[in-house]
Amino acid sequence: MPELTKEAPRESSAPAGEPILEVRGLVKHFPLTQGILFKKQIGAVKAVDGVDFDLGAGETLGIVGESGCGKSTVAKLLVNLEQPTAGEIRYKGEDITKLSGRALKAVRRNIQMVFQDPYTSLNPRMTVGDIIGEPYEIHPEVAPKGSRRQKVQELLDVVGLNPEYINRYPHQFSGGQRQRIGIARGLALRPEIIVADEPVSALDVSVQAQVVNLLEKLQDEFGLAYVFIAHDLSIVRHISDRVGVMYLGRLVEIGSDQQIYDHPTHPYTQALLSAVPVPDPDARLHRERIILSGDVPSPANPPSGCRFRTRCWKAQERCELEVPELAVPAVFRLEGGPTAHPSACHFAEEKQVVPESDES
Amino acid sequence: MLLEVRDLQVEFRTRDGVAKAVNGVTYEVDAGETLAVLGESGSGKSVTAQAIMGILDMPPGKITGGEILFQGKDLLKLKEDERRKVRGAEMAMIFQDALSSLNPVLSVGDQLAEMFIVHRGMSKKDAKLKAIELMDRVRIPAAKERVGQYPHQFSGGMRQRIMIAMALALEPALIIADEPTTALDVTVQAQVMDLLAELQRELNMGLILITHDLGVVADVADKIAVMYAGRIVERAPVHDIYKAPAHPYTKGLLESIPRLDQKGQELYAIKGLPPNLMAIPPGCAFNPRCPRAQDVCRTDVPPLAQVTEERQSACHFWKETLRDA
Amino acid sequence: MPEAYDPKDVSKDAIAPTGAGGAMDLAMSEAETLEKTPGGPLGTGPQEKARSLWTDAWQQLRRNPVFIISSLLIFFLVLISIWPQLIASGDPNSCQLADAHQSSGPGHPFGTDAQGCDVYTRTVYGARASISVGICATLGVAILGSIMGGLAGFFGGWWDGLLSRLADVFFAIPVVLGGLVFLSVVVSSTIWPVVGFMILLGWPQISRIARGAVITAKQNDYVQAARALGASNTRMLLRHVTPNAVAPVIVVATIALGTYIALEATLSYLGVGLRPPTVSWGIDISNASNYIRNYPHELLWPAGALSITVLAFIMLGDAVRDALDPKLR
Repeated sequence: MPELTKEAPRESSAPAGEPILEVRGLVKHFPLTQGILFKKQIGAVKAVDGVDFDLGAGETLGIVGESGCGKSTVAKLLVNLEQPTAGEIRYKGEDITKLSGRALKAVRRNIQMVFQDPYTSLNPRMTVGDIIGEPYEIHPEVAPKGSRRQKVQELLDVVGLNPEYINRYPHQFSGGQRQRIGIARGLALRPEIIVADEPVSALDVSVQAQVVNLLEKLQDEFGLAYVFIAHDLSIVRHISDRVGVMYLGRLVEIGSDQQIYDHPTHPYTQALLSAVPVPDPDARLHRERIILSGDVPSPANPPSGCRFRTRCWKAQERCELEVPELAVPAVFRLEGGPTAHPSACHFAEEKQVVPESDES
Repeated sequence: MLLEVRDLQVEFRTRDGVAKAVNGVTYEVDAGETLAVLGESGSGKSVTAQAIMGILDMPPGKITGGEILFQGKDLLKLKEDERRKVRGAEMAMIFQDALSSLNPVLSVGDQLAEMFIVHRGMSKKDAKLKAIELMDRVRIPAAKERVGQYPHQFSGGMRQRIMIAMALALEPALIIADEPTTALDVTVQAQVMDLLAELQRELNMGLILITHDLGVVADVADKIAVMYAGRIVERAPVHDIYKAPAHPYTKGLLESIPRLDQKGQELYAIKGLPPNLMAIPPGCAFNPRCPRAQDVCRTDVPPLAQVTEERQSACHFWKETLRDA
Repeated sequence: MPEAYDPKDVSKDAIAPTGAGGAMDLAMSEAETLEKTPGGPLGTGPQEKARSLWTDAWQQLRRNPVFIISSLLIFFLVLISIWPQLIASGDPNSCQLADAHQSSGPGHPFGTDAQGCDVYTRTVYGARASISVGICATLGVAILGSIMGGLAGFFGGWWDGLLSRLADVFFAIPVVLGGLVFLSVVVSSTIWPVVGFMILLGWPQISRIARGAVITAKQNDYVQAARALGASNTRMLLRHVTPNAVAPVIVVATIALGTYIALEATLSYLGVGLRPPTVSWGIDISNASNYIRNYPHELLWPAGALSITVLAFIMLGDAVRDALDPKLR
């Protein structure tokens, strides 16, 4: 069996063109401490434990996974809300985890975040004008004082809100409208990258589609690159160019949307996809579902070797001893085609789990 | 018929006015049948369920009309103590948030055993054995060892199983599950829904599943009632509705799910926002958001028209909607 | 088929009344609220001045009758504490024992007390000491407590451990016993030892509340959002955390104001508070309480003045808190 290294071919998993964001070996451990005044570390929650991916300009990378898989921590690391324990986040070749002060502030302008909960992510005691205008107060070089109000009103218009709402408070808006305000704040500094952490999961079904459409429109208009984090697999598929699947702090599979959804080779991806209820009552008869046993293990004490082995139906001794690399599995490497994308499994094999749609 | 809700009306009286949360809801469930009640927040789906269970906060809530016939008798005419006997023993409810529905200072075994002690007058020892049996039944591994543990020591999926065990304890005829898997991850959701469906079949219970997830509905429901602004807008067997919706709101919901062939295109989005319950638009409540709205929709409340024998739609233009689907 | 996207179209839809999201969010909908605001959405032209929390709060306060009444009352009380002669011509310490325990009559509108002093004059003159002690102690406690609690809550870790334990130490000192020890060694005829003592023992109460409020506010996503934008700690603390944490502090502080005036009375009664010739409601209340059965009027007037003062401050605190919450507008 040929050696699998990190330099394994990445064609399918790498974005087209020069990446603007490169993440290498990203690790975040949260220490668990005991004691009130004198704290003693008794362990660590390994929220993110070695994640690599690239993001191309104008591209959307979807990250999916269940709660506790570390996808939200990745988002926080990307926008520097958390300091990584190890690893690099390179923005246009420069490692931003080592920056501080003015240089960090300048980079921050280019990577913005949209939060999950539109009810807690807007300060209830600030007007919409102040909320969207705050980026300009923090980065005064972007817009001279006199022009800020007009800029805020333009932003309101761009996200589909009435510019006259500028003096209102967040509670006067519905969830979907608030999320538009949050998006406008993220756009204010004209960033190149927006990290969206579950941006539609707190919204009503009929409003979700409006916000997804808005995000796509803004991407076309401003050439934004998105890191789109969500647990709703169908929305991720709709919006993403490439998708990464996370389990217990690691990426287990990454590839184009078609590679992941139609040709998944990692058993966890297969189980995840097969568990998503399909909105078609006829499908329940002939659909094969993989029902995993048990729960996700604690990230404070993850299993050795492959982290998925405790719930995996394919697990063997090798999985316990050897950590599978995220690389194109040897079996598919020569073959090429859509199955040849990085998958961190010793026994990767293709299995179709999403029913082919009749229309396509 | 196990449960028949007839023209139920519920209002909430607040400082700022009267909110009509439920405006004439009619649906029924038979033994062994699963009815999915589909709707967005504020559609009145949970309030209807609370009224059936008799756990509506009154005040501010007030049932202003209608009847709830359970096994032939009108629950709204029962006295509170008679009602209490029905609750738990004859019908039970499963909530979305299992952690806050379980008492954090009592072990799960004690909480399960309590059901048997209170309702069945069992001894403590027998009740505990029953509790272990129940935990086995909802497939909690090592039930015997875990019976003395507290809710926070269980994972989200396990807690929801305990909630199911509690609801099933007295083998009720009807279970109401209010968004039972919304807080769970998809892989765990699949486990829990499977378990619920299996136990329902085994005990031949009626199940009312309240949800906003069209995927979950398609997986388990026999029939669907779609609610909007406190009214039923469409009722139909599950296959009919997914094949061809007869109400523009249902159609909009189904179309706003991303489909494979829409990749790279805009998603269909129902425009506008759900209505304010204190100022429900006159006529059809959906008319400001409806692509098909005509003058008649702004003036006349559409009646639930009979589409087929087992299917109704509250749209003036259901024929056209059905034809275009 | 999807319709063409048009932001203008969405913005029009967005004006439609809405249930504001939440399932049982039965509060008045946004659209309605706005319709009722004078110069509602349509009158809000782009040229209109930018508004902020503070200008909006002031607009709100100016129209709030509770605020107007309470501030007039406080203004009046402050006025007579500075110039009691404005409404009382006598000397509060010129007392004739022969006139003791008189009920109201000519020359003594509120009657006289056990020493034969005029109750009216003493009530008017007592305002100065009592209100000064109350306001100074409350301000001191609120400022010290907020700073300590705010730092502990915002920075957490070591700061929190140290400041919280320090607060616990002061919490543990019994007020009366501490007063007897502390104040008996300080000899002064001013109010400052008493005020200082109250601040020293009072700050942990506000500190705990401020710490909790700051921790709650800090965890909100909007603080994270500001941080992601590159905001400094000062900015986050002043713009985001403080306005959202100030409400409980205001409530507790205004209620505490009455307690401090009453505590001054207790300490004076024990002989370690304010000393004659200083006149205070506390001293008069504790003296009059010995004769409550036979001469209730001696207690009624200073106690009534105290109650009105406390009420005025609580009303003021309530109004300010409400004005700082846009949701209640």
